[in-house]
Amino acid sequence: MITYSNKIKEIAKRLLKECRAEMVIGFRKGSIPMMNEPCFVRTDEQADDLVWDSHCGINLANYLTSRDEKIAIVAKGCDSRNIVNHIVENKINREQLYIIGVPCQGMVDKRKILAQTEGEVLQITETENGQITVKSANGEKTFSKSDVIQQNCSVCIQPNPVLYDEMVADPVQGQTDIDQFADVRALEAMSTEEKRAYFDELLAPCIRCYACRNACPLCYCPTCFVDESKPQWLGKSQDIMDIKTFHFLRAYHCAGRCTDCGACERACPVGINMRILTKKLNKDCLDLYDWQAGMSIDKRPALDVYQTNDPEKFIK
Amino acid sequence: MKNLLELMGVEPDRIHFSWISSAESTKFVQVVNEIAEKVKALGPNRHFVKQEAKVA
Repeated sequence: MITYSNKIKEIAKRLLKECRAEMVIGFRKGSIPMMNEPCFVRTDEQADDLVWDSHCGINLANYLTSRDEKIAIVAKGCDSRNIVNHIVENKINREQLYIIGVPCQGMVDKRKILAQTEGEVLQITETENGQITVKSANGEKTFSKSDVIQQNCSVCIQPNPVLYDEMVADPVQGQTDIDQFADVRALEAMSTEEKRAYFDELLAPCIRCYACRNACPLCYCPTCFVDESKPQWLGKSQDIMDIKTFHFLRAYHCAGRCTDCGACERACPVGINMRILTKKLNKDCLDLYDWQAGMSIDKRPALDVYQTNDPEKFIK
Repeated sequence: MKNLLELMGVEPDRIHFSWISSAESTKFVQVVNEIAEKVKALGPNRHFVKQEAKVA
């Protein structure tokens, strides 16, 4: 991880010096452990702040929307897929970008660590062989990284960037024999009542803070449907129906675009796994249209094209 | 759309899609009757309804 960080710093400095980019978007250490924050590097000194470790889960593609300058961006697999999305949706030009690709080994889910640690987490360190040591107010504890990884990372199919100008390291081995949609299938198998109860329970803690929307690189509308008041599409209350409608519609806006980067779940202050909704749509897109979002800048999205063999079983 | 609604617990028979030309009056009647029958069998939708705010 140190080697990644050093390489990123080196590349950032070189790009700024050569004027290949006016700004480098990357991560720096946050004010508390496990919370790296995005940073916008414009000078040589700022480039020294750049880091890379297992807490860089935020999707940096979110910061590219409608920018004018030349930007270098640090991108792991899912970020790069969202950058592809942005290019396909004309939110940024490929020519403006210099993509610093990072082969990703998964991001740590801070909730998993916090749940198993007593006292405040003071420091967290990791070794190259996947051991994570947490120093808390009550002592020290070591985890194996694979046990505390984000759920979406554990079923990730694209750890390496799909689009890049330069890689900081050799590509990592991707997972091949995993069932991406096991949780969706389990839910599909439930009865109507069970499904309803599942979502009642899942979404009950939602406080409608819209952090999931804000963290999502797909959500770039100038005015989101939830904020509009004329017409008001959606009630603003804590009623379970309003909450369900919000999550349902938000997921729908991501249909055929979601890369399952996990930014929404990561940002949620109450830890709702709203990814189950977007995952269902991802699964349908894969089953019906053989489509996965953000894999190539040459293909049009599934819901953007008409083909005579499009499935139409649902139409009478 | 139908798939996700079903996933969230809306009964499959409550949602129907159809493409009917303005010239296809018979098909229209047939589809509407069919839908009405299926929805009647399910009864009123009491689950996906927003309760009125309680005013003290």
